[in-house]
Amino acid sequence: MPTPMRTPLASLDLEAGRDLSFISAVADESGQDLKSCYQCGNCTAGCAYTHDYDIPVHQIMRLVQLGRREDVLSCRSIWLCATCQACTTRCPNNIEVATVMDVLRHMARREGRAPERLVKTFADGFLSSVARHGRVFEAGLAMVFAILSGKPMQDAGLGPAMLSRGKLAFWPHEPEGNGKAEVAAIFRRYREGKPAQPATPDEPAAETGQAGEDAR
Amino acid sequence: MSALGYYPGCSQSGTAAEYDISTRACMRALGVEMADVPDWTCCGSTPAHTVDHHLAGALAARNLLQAQAAGFERVATPCPSCLAALKTADHRLADPADPAYKAEVERLLGRAAPAPLEAVSTLQVLFEQVGPAGVRQRVANPLTGLRVACYYGCIMNRPPGLMAFDDPENPVAMDELLSACGAEVVDFPFKTECCGAAFGMPRLDVMRRLSARILDMAASCGADAIAVACPLCQMNLDLRRGQVNAASRQDIQIPVPYFTQLMGLALGLPEADLRLDKLVLPLAPALAAAEGREKAREKTREAERQAKAAAKATARTSDKEATPCA
Amino acid sequence: MRIGVMVCHCGNNIAATVDVEAVAAAARELPDVVYATDHMYACSDPGQKTLEQTIRDLKLDGVVVASCSPRMHEVTFRRAVERAGLNRYMFEMANIREHVAWISLDRKRNTEKATDLVRMAVAKLRVDRPLTPKSFDVQKRVLIVGGGVAGIQAALDCADGGLDVVLVERKSSIGGIMSKLDKTFPTIDCSVCVLGPKMVDVGQNPRITLHTLSEVEDVSGYVGNFEVRIRKHTTYVDWAKCTGCGACQEKCPSKKVPDAFNENVSLTTAIGIPFPQAIPKRATIDAAHCIKLTKGKCGVCEKICPTGAIAYDMQDEIVTEKVGAIIAATGIDLFDHKKCGEYGAGRYPDVVTSLAYERMLSASGPTAGHIKRPSDGAEPKTVVFIACVGSRDRSLNRPYCSGFCCMYTAKQAILTRDHIPDSRAYVFYMDIRANGKGYEEFVRRAQEEYGVEYVRGRVAQIYPQDGKLMVRGADTLLGRQVEVAADLVVLAVGAEASHGAPELAEKLRISYDAYGFYMESHPKLRPVETNTVGVYLAGACQGPKDIPASVAQASAAAGKVLALLSKDKLESDPQIALVNANRCIGCGKCERTCPFGAIRMRELRDGSQRAEVVETVCQGCGICSVTCPVRAIQLQHFTDSQLLAEVNALCRTWDETTE
Repeated sequence: MPTPMRTPLASLDLEAGRDLSFISAVADESGQDLKSCYQCGNCTAGCAYTHDYDIPVHQIMRLVQLGRREDVLSCRSIWLCATCQACTTRCPNNIEVATVMDVLRHMARREGRAPERLVKTFADGFLSSVARHGRVFEAGLAMVFAILSGKPMQDAGLGPAMLSRGKLAFWPHEPEGNGKAEVAAIFRRYREGKPAQPATPDEPAAETGQAGEDAR
Repeated sequence: MSALGYYPGCSQSGTAAEYDISTRACMRALGVEMADVPDWTCCGSTPAHTVDHHLAGALAARNLLQAQAAGFERVATPCPSCLAALKTADHRLADPADPAYKAEVERLLGRAAPAPLEAVSTLQVLFEQVGPAGVRQRVANPLTGLRVACYYGCIMNRPPGLMAFDDPENPVAMDELLSACGAEVVDFPFKTECCGAAFGMPRLDVMRRLSARILDMAASCGADAIAVACPLCQMNLDLRRGQVNAASRQDIQIPVPYFTQLMGLALGLPEADLRLDKLVLPLAPALAAAEGREKAREKTREAERQAKAAAKATARTSDKEATPCA
Repeated sequence: MRIGVMVCHCGNNIAATVDVEAVAAAARELPDVVYATDHMYACSDPGQKTLEQTIRDLKLDGVVVASCSPRMHEVTFRRAVERAGLNRYMFEMANIREHVAWISLDRKRNTEKATDLVRMAVAKLRVDRPLTPKSFDVQKRVLIVGGGVAGIQAALDCADGGLDVVLVERKSSIGGIMSKLDKTFPTIDCSVCVLGPKMVDVGQNPRITLHTLSEVEDVSGYVGNFEVRIRKHTTYVDWAKCTGCGACQEKCPSKKVPDAFNENVSLTTAIGIPFPQAIPKRATIDAAHCIKLTKGKCGVCEKICPTGAIAYDMQDEIVTEKVGAIIAATGIDLFDHKKCGEYGAGRYPDVVTSLAYERMLSASGPTAGHIKRPSDGAEPKTVVFIACVGSRDRSLNRPYCSGFCCMYTAKQAILTRDHIPDSRAYVFYMDIRANGKGYEEFVRRAQEEYGVEYVRGRVAQIYPQDGKLMVRGADTLLGRQVEVAADLVVLAVGAEASHGAPELAEKLRISYDAYGFYMESHPKLRPVETNTVGVYLAGACQGPKDIPASVAQASAAAGKVLALLSKDKLESDPQIALVNANRCIGCGKCERTCPFGAIRMRELRDGSQRAEVVETVCQGCGICSVTCPVRAIQLQHFTDSQLLAEVNALCRTWDETTE
């Protein structure tokens, strides 16, 4: 008796797996037409971060071309892109590749995905600080991040060097006029404006005056 | 009221204070008038644009509005990330084919968007308004013998369509300014390679590998110092040098001054204007080494000159000197 | 008048969106129209025969055909009506295909518009007059601009066909790019060995007059009677006396001149012969580097020359040639890789162009065929070839494929492995274009027989490290960034239009595209003709192509020229301007506005001036007709009355009157 097949054939079904609305959403939001990408690989060739990506950038472009929404939005690469613009600068078809990566990250964020938790935490922490003070309070951000990251000792060694050279302000330098309120209002409108926001910058737990905590 | 506004950016009051101080000092010394954009706020930098382009646009645009209200025709900033944020907002707001962007930015701002306003780097201002010739004239203390690798960072000149200054693969503005200061600028192939940017905190492993490459290349080019123009590059290569070296199992000790600190030094500005003391790896040993090398070189050159003169005095005039050709 | 109207279906092309029967029916109601019909394919053999038969049977005076663009079939139908005994200008065409059927799907509006156009054509036909072309003599000589392989082939073919040829070449020797190549694909023939004999033939052929180091200064006249002024730049050497012995080159003290023939890989002297097989084999002085000409010192070559051929005071010479046809065979130049910052922008000596590498491979080249790194003269062990430099690249404004780079890269990789058996050769490519005879097999040979490593992906950056060049690219098939430490990098630079091509095109009055390549009359069916009668194209100036295609096109162009000049007389086009001397007030405005210089002012016996059209120069543009304040000068077949008849016919649509 022949044994029945247990392993299903799992070819990539080009038709079934193609999310057309995803392709057009990416095109609309980024302003880039990925149809002109001929997969030359120049972007990957110059990508400084490719060794940490799970999917190299040219393949991300290919996946977008094929409308593979889940594959793209679940990957880590889009969180590790530094938008260093090496790819955009060199694309022979004038595609702003870094902008596409940015937009993909926005989409992932909106769906509450964050495979690179700390990258998201950092960005959120930074923006919280800005929302609160009108300018980023570096020491505050460092402290908050140290706590939220669960790696409080990672940059502990930098403390003495920073302190002795006066690189750490203990109090936030806030704008002199209405700036702080205006920035707070921008963030408020941003939060209110869009209905479902699973990824809003949170108010950090501890703040100000305790800069010494981490710097020790 | 000077036409040039100065937008320092958040790091200039903290980790990059020496960049701010030396930039202001150089501008003053070289006769470039600029005044701070009043009540400036954070432009959003990288984190904002990785979260939402409209939020980033609004944060940047607010500063353009401030600059406009103060009557500035141009805004200069020392930080490439701030520059990218300001330019991006400016370009997209001015794009007639992108009305949705403008509408959303205005909603976030709660008022009308700014009119087009050019944002440039302080490097561009120094290069275009003063220029290498202008700098050379005012050099009091040439950096003779100091081998400098000029590291521009990944976004200062990229993408060329947005940043619109200097060559995106091989920029030369800093090279030429520092050459004019008497330094020996080395050929540095990694001028625009990314140092790891803001990944120092969230993904130190990634950032270390990238910065290690920069330090390694600078060392193999024989650089005494790496001149930088970006607060993050400076932090990654100087403050975090220990972390970088540990990961790459090297011990590269090359100081990383801001190019304006080197310029200020060459212009003879006082230490209070340079704040070289804020560099984690001090510059002084590199300067001393360069000076020592230069003295030794001068000695050998002098010896050669004397030998040549002596040889000439004793030699006879050859026939060749009488008939130039054939 | 008795007018016939034929409305063509053109299969479905017109009939799908125009009710052709209705158009024909409407035409029947027009004044003077005695016959109107529709036909499936008017231009076909039966269509034309029907037309001719109807003309004869119904004794028609004029015909309107409503069909495609006159650019397609005006000539066809004019011939048909002429065969039936009518003057060919008593014929009008209404374009109801390109101007109606192909631009809208609205059948009702299309039919209305087609009806309008037919009415306009009929109205014009009613005021058309028979015109008679004149004949004129032709010069049985041809000018060929460009002495590369295409120009050489065209020259030999025309000479064989009995024509006199004037060949003008910008450099001091003919041969073009092919003379610089070491070997050619796919046979690995020695390039100059196969080209050399043809070059010698050109030099020796009694029918061919060779002007090298020369350029076309200006062109006037018309097909059959062009007058071309040629500037012969001075060589500072009397070529009638020079024997090509080369003594001057041996003794010249100015030895640091970048050698253009060797793609600046090496240096040469200020005076010399560019390469051993040069035709003409005569010396030329590069004035910018000659010590005598710049500083007034030296003069060694003059002393050394056994025939006293050196002439430092020689000047440029202008030569005038009269020819009946012109072939443009100006070839291409290669993309300037200094625009590629990521590849070093020309700063790295060991990053060379394919043509510079070709000179290194050549046994008669600057390194005697030994491949050496320009930086230190060492033999490279790892050579990396990068394809598509300046081709298929929108960001560099070169979106097109240059067509021959995949092939020459495979050739150069094979030769590298052949010259240096223990070498590694890598080719970074996006796609392989190998569509000629034996081409695909050739590329496979490179990979299978010669072990050339093909990597699918572009190169983002080249940077120097430890005396080598780090090439950072991608292998998209693996999905990874890859790196190779190369000793030498060869850039497969693409083709661009020859420098100065647009300026020459203006002189020849031919069109060129956005990249400077000359435009053919029809991309499929008329690849060697231009829209200017008497001017033809051969070779890569019409678009990047390889040697066999260039040679084929050259012979094709020669064939066209031989056909053109096989007649003793040519017919002029009577659709030109004509002056009504009675109305002309002699103001001279037409003479000043004519872009072709086709109008002369003639003095009458009473001292007054009248304009006169030089029939053979007039191109029928109509500018004079618009300029004339008293409407004395009229473009025949497009007179004011004729054009106004069309306008009136159109504007009176709403008017119920049919007369």
